[in-house]
Amino acid sequence: MSYLLKNGILPNGAKTDLAIQDQLLVSPDALDKNHRIIELDGKQILPGLVDLHTHLREPGFEEAETVATGSLSAVRGGYTAISAMANTSPVADTAGVVEQVFRLGQLTGLCDVFPIGAVTQGLNGEALSEIGAMADSSARVRVFSDDGKCVFDPLIMRRALEYVKKFDGVIAQHAQEPGLTIGAQMNEGEISAQLGLKGWPAVAEEAIIARDVLLAEHTKSRLHICHLTTAGGVEIIRGAKSRGVQVTAEVTPHHLLLTDDYAKNYDPIFKVNPPLRLESDVLALRAGLADGTIDIVATDHAPHSLESKDCEWAEASFGMVGLETALSIVIKTMVETGVMDYLAVADRLSIAPARIGRYETHGQSLEVGKVANLTIVDTAAKWIVDRDLMSTRSKNTPFHGFELPGVVTHTFFNGKLVFGG
Amino acid sequence: MKHLLSINDLSREDAILILDTAAELSRIADGPMKKLPTLRGRTIVNLFAEDSTRTRISFEAAAKRLSADVINFSAKGSSLSKGESLKDTALTLQAMGADAVVIRHPASGAPTRLAENQWMSGAVINAGDGTHEHPSQALLDAFTIRKHLAKGATDLAGLRVAIVGDILHSRVARSNVLLLTKLGAHVTLIAPPTLLPFGVESWPVSISYDLDSVISNVDVLMMLRIQQERMQERFFPNAREYSRYFGLNRDRMNSMLPNSIVMHPGPMNRGLEITADAADSARSVIVEQVSNGVSVRMAILYLLLAGLPIEGGIN
Repeated sequence: MSYLLKNGILPNGAKTDLAIQDQLLVSPDALDKNHRIIELDGKQILPGLVDLHTHLREPGFEEAETVATGSLSAVRGGYTAISAMANTSPVADTAGVVEQVFRLGQLTGLCDVFPIGAVTQGLNGEALSEIGAMADSSARVRVFSDDGKCVFDPLIMRRALEYVKKFDGVIAQHAQEPGLTIGAQMNEGEISAQLGLKGWPAVAEEAIIARDVLLAEHTKSRLHICHLTTAGGVEIIRGAKSRGVQVTAEVTPHHLLLTDDYAKNYDPIFKVNPPLRLESDVLALRAGLADGTIDIVATDHAPHSLESKDCEWAEASFGMVGLETALSIVIKTMVETGVMDYLAVADRLSIAPARIGRYETHGQSLEVGKVANLTIVDTAAKWIVDRDLMSTRSKNTPFHGFELPGVVTHTFFNGKLVFGG
Repeated sequence: MKHLLSINDLSREDAILILDTAAELSRIADGPMKKLPTLRGRTIVNLFAEDSTRTRISFEAAAKRLSADVINFSAKGSSLSKGESLKDTALTLQAMGADAVVIRHPASGAPTRLAENQWMSGAVINAGDGTHEHPSQALLDAFTIRKHLAKGATDLAGLRVAIVGDILHSRVARSNVLLLTKLGAHVTLIAPPTLLPFGVESWPVSISYDLDSVISNVDVLMMLRIQQERMQERFFPNAREYSRYFGLNRDRMNSMLPNSIVMHPGPMNRGLEITADAADSARSVIVEQVSNGVSVRMAILYLLLAGLPIEGGIN
């Protein structure tokens, strides 16, 4: 199938027509005669979004999400590549598991599913997993993470950072000092004290970030910090980047919008790891994302079954789904507030994450000859989030009932229209 | 007021109404007819997911003196210990027609979840949730303080109350700070810095790390229980050092003002936060707190439930 997209707006604001044929962007003159014309009528064109932090729950927790349902959720949210975190059952710590997830993604065929390998066997933080075998497998893993758990042992972290240099890999750290967060339930602050919920101090996150940027500096390797949440963490990254440390960082949409105020009625839909922080942190994260200190937005899409949220706060699972709301939250918090334009949105949600993950066919400039991975957004339209109408298998969105700007109307993956139209 | 989840649910006037009602009910309890027919035909469930003999029997006595039917549902040997969810427990209670649930739960916010979800329609009374709140304890403490020291006033204006011990993990302290300050008392929290909550400086209280500098200037000294697990978690070096700085002994008690009183929500660790001679002294109102607890809980049940129509029309 070939397409002519008429009157779209490129990230730089230029009005354009785009032609797609045989997976690639082509010159409109070169299109087949029987192409389909789609009138974009001034809608925004973005390179297909790339998520560097997704939980797909397969294998092991298919009642919450599968590679197939997660892929569908992704393309509805405008994503053409997602990265499956390693905390499945079995853990993605061998070539066999990452190849399985990769193959399930290809079979689904809606978007690329790039597995992330576990840094340590069973995510237990003690012994390196078969990192080389995962890198050499058909899944070509380049990002390694024990996400959900911190690689807390400094020697293991050092070894991991060194080891992935062999194939230009990156360690994505879940920064959480375990000794400071035993039984932690939410941000440590005035609200946790009032609610009687065990606090999760900002320093527990910042201490690991500080240690790891020093390790990355020492080993001259690539470090990525997952889901930054604190103003102090932004400052540490800013300082490290100014010294030339190869560190990148991500922020989630929910940490760009929500604060620990939402915990007040003990509804665990707002329970997430790392926790929602303060307004001052939210503002620091937005500023960091705008000035590039924070490189990317990543969803940390974390589906959970109904019963794991329909209970007491302390019993509930951590996490929120996010693939279908991420772009809208970024438009609301960053574009509508005037701190980012769509050139920056394309960078933070597509170009930069593809670069960090070494996802070569994604995050490309929208020019002739490139693979046609792209997303069309009606930025003027608004929608009301309804957890019952989402494609993800789980309903744990904190944004149910929120009115948000930006509706994804079409997603093209490898030249195929995989969502919309 | 449909539920009692937090002292924040109460206005100053609501709190005084509860105390006044408790005073009235305690006068009746002192008379020949201890039992009132007010809640006849009502079912009150004591849902205790955490061990607590004294609070449970206090609520049970209160409910029975108001002629309610009481069902005790406690953790050991019940479905709660078999992993049944709070939701399923609530649905069960709803199906059994509970008019009120008195809940003690180790998870902060469990009573709020019970009240705010559509799992059940009855009134929810928080009998202590995790490290959050214990509102009926604060109300009985305020009742006891008022009775001894308010000189006929309805509130606690101008009284100085010190709360000593593990403020960080204490639901009693949280509820008391909210209630006593609402009623006009000046509250000082005394604890080692490790046992004070983050951000406590924003609370409407004074803070001290030094019991001796405060003890001779307060009307009420409220000692909190130190739990064994806090010692294992190394919040302070050992029990002996804790007692030396924060325990109430005879010497410290002798430095208190003439009419001041000593309180403790129980159960006490005699010899740790309070010595036996202090606990059993003339200043101690600890046993009286227990009997006042029944009157205050009668008042809470009465005010939450008596306004409702009784099914079948019997009254």
